[in-house]
Amino acid sequence: MSKTLPAGFADLEPFADWAIPTEGARYAKRLASTMDELQAFYDAAFPHLEAATSYLEQLRLEALPEDGKRLLWLFCSLTTVSFPVEVWRQARVPDSGASAFDAVVEPAV
Amino acid sequence: MAHFPKPAEGSWTQHYGLDTGPVSYEDSVTPSYYELERAAIFKKTWLNVGRVEQLPRVGSYFTREIAAANTSVVIVRDSNGDVRAFYNICRHRGNKLVWNDYPREETSGVCRQFSCKYHGWRYSTTGDLTFVQQESEFFDLDKADYGLVPVRVEEWAGFIFVNLDAEGTTPLVEYLGELGEGISSYPFDKMTQVHKYRAEVGSNWKLFIDAFAEFYHAPVLHAKQSVAEEASKLSQVGYEALAYKIDGPHGMVSSWGGMSPPKDLSMVKPIERVLHSGLFGPWDAPDIGIDELPPGVNPARSAAWGIDSFLFFPNFMVLIWKPNWYLTYHYWPTSYNTHIFEGTVYFVPPQNALQRLQQELAVVTFKEYALQDGNTLEATQTMLESKVLTEFPLNDQEILLRHLHTTARNYVNNYEQPQSRTPVRVSAVS
Repeated sequence: MSKTLPAGFADLEPFADWAIPTEGARYAKRLASTMDELQAFYDAAFPHLEAATSYLEQLRLEALPEDGKRLLWLFCSLTTVSFPVEVWRQARVPDSGASAFDAVVEPAV
Repeated sequence: MAHFPKPAEGSWTQHYGLDTGPVSYEDSVTPSYYELERAAIFKKTWLNVGRVEQLPRVGSYFTREIAAANTSVVIVRDSNGDVRAFYNICRHRGNKLVWNDYPREETSGVCRQFSCKYHGWRYSTTGDLTFVQQESEFFDLDKADYGLVPVRVEEWAGFIFVNLDAEGTTPLVEYLGELGEGISSYPFDKMTQVHKYRAEVGSNWKLFIDAFAEFYHAPVLHAKQSVAEEASKLSQVGYEALAYKIDGPHGMVSSWGGMSPPKDLSMVKPIERVLHSGLFGPWDAPDIGIDELPPGVNPARSAAWGIDSFLFFPNFMVLIWKPNWYLTYHYWPTSYNTHIFEGTVYFVPPQNALQRLQQELAVVTFKEYALQDGNTLEATQTMLESKVLTEFPLNDQEILLRHLHTTARNYVNNYEQPQSRTPVRVSAVS
C-alpha cells in the first residue's frame, strides 16, 4: 500500500479512506457506515490523537504538505464519528429523522 | 431557588413590562397571518444579508433570495468601493439579472458589470444601464431612465443589512438601538474563518428562534450530549440566565457556561479532553486585540459568563462566546410552516493545523445540536397545527420568546391599523 500519511501514522493507512476533504462528505461516510465500522475507525485513530495534535501543531496551515493535509482530514473525520461512538451509539443524531444540516461554506483546507 | 439575581419586580418579564399570561401560537400556524407578517415585517424592517468580508474588492457581489418578500437582491461593492444593493431584476423584460445554472439559487462572484443572460443589457456596479442591445430599435429609450432599482442598504459592525421599504427613513444604527450599540466595537472583523450551514426546517420561522432564544430546554433536550453525571446535575439545577435585556423589537440573553475549559475534565467527551475544544469552542481563546469586552457583552459582568445571544428582530441572531468566536443564525421564512435556517460559525483564522482541527470539533458539535433542535421543531409545528391547544404558558426564562411573538403581533397590528399604532419600542419599566 502506498504511503499517504506522515511517518509515524502508518497504523492508520488502512483507514486512509477517512482522509476526506469536506465536512459534508465526512458526514455522508459516517451515515453510510455501520456502528462496527465507525467503532473500528475510532478505536484505531483515537490512540494516535495525542501524537496527531503534536504533529499538526507544527504545521502552518498556509503551507500544509499533502500528507499533513490528509492527516488533518483523517482526524477531522474522527471528530465526525466521535458523537456516534462516544455518545449516541448510532450513526444518526437521535430523533433527527430526515432532517439535514448541510455545509454551504467551509474553509478550503 | 434563584442562583442569579432577578430585577426588583421579581421577574424579567414584569421588569420589561410584558404580560405574564399564556401566549397564543396561532401566529405560527395560520397562512393568512403569515401573509401579513411578510408585508408588515419582512418588507418593512432591516434584514441582515451578509458581511463585508463577502465583498472583498470592487466588483465583488452576492445575491440573496428573500422568499418572505418574494424577491431577490444583489449586493455589490461598486466601482467607488461603496456597498450597494439592487433588486435582482433586468429593466428590459424582468429577467433575473444575476444567477448561475439554477435561477432560484444564490450566487456570488466578482464582475466589472452585470450583464443580463436574456438580451444582453448591461449595468454598471453603480446600477446604471450602460448598454442596450440594438438600442436604435427601441422607441425614445433613455438609458438614464432604466437603471437598476435600488434597495436601501446600510452597514453596522461589518454586517450588511437591506431594507425593502423604500419609504422607510429609520437608519440601521438607530433601528438596532442600544443592543446593537453595545456590541458594535466587538472585533467581528478579526473572525474571518467561516463555516456556514443551511437547513430546510418544517416549522414556522418564529419557532426556531424560540428554540434558540431560551436555554430552558438545554438540560433536557440535549441531556445525552453530556456525560451521565453531568446530565443529571444539569436537570436538577435547570437553567437560569445571568441577565436579559430588551430594547425596542430586539432582545438578548446573557448566559453562564463553564465548558471552555470545563471545571472537571470528566464533564466532557473523550475527544474533547484531548483536543481541548467542544460546543463552547476551542478552550484556548485566540488574541482578538482588546483588553476589555464591549459594554454590551456580558452586561452583568459575571465571572461565570459564557455566551451572549442577541436577537435582532426579525430574523437575525448573533451569539458571542467567551473563547473569542461568534455564531450567527438567520431564519428565512418560505411559507407559514417552513423556513430556511442558516447557522454560520466565525473563528479567528487558525495558524496551524491543530487549531483548524480544534475548530472542526466545535463546528461538528454545533451540527449535532442543531440537527436535534431542528427536528424537534417539526414535532412542535405539526401539533400546533392540530389546534387542539392554541395558548401556552411561557416562563420567565422564556421572556425573549414572549417578546418576539408580541413584537411580531405589534408590527402586524400597526400594519393593519396604522391609525391606532401600538408602540413597538419596549423598554424597562423601572
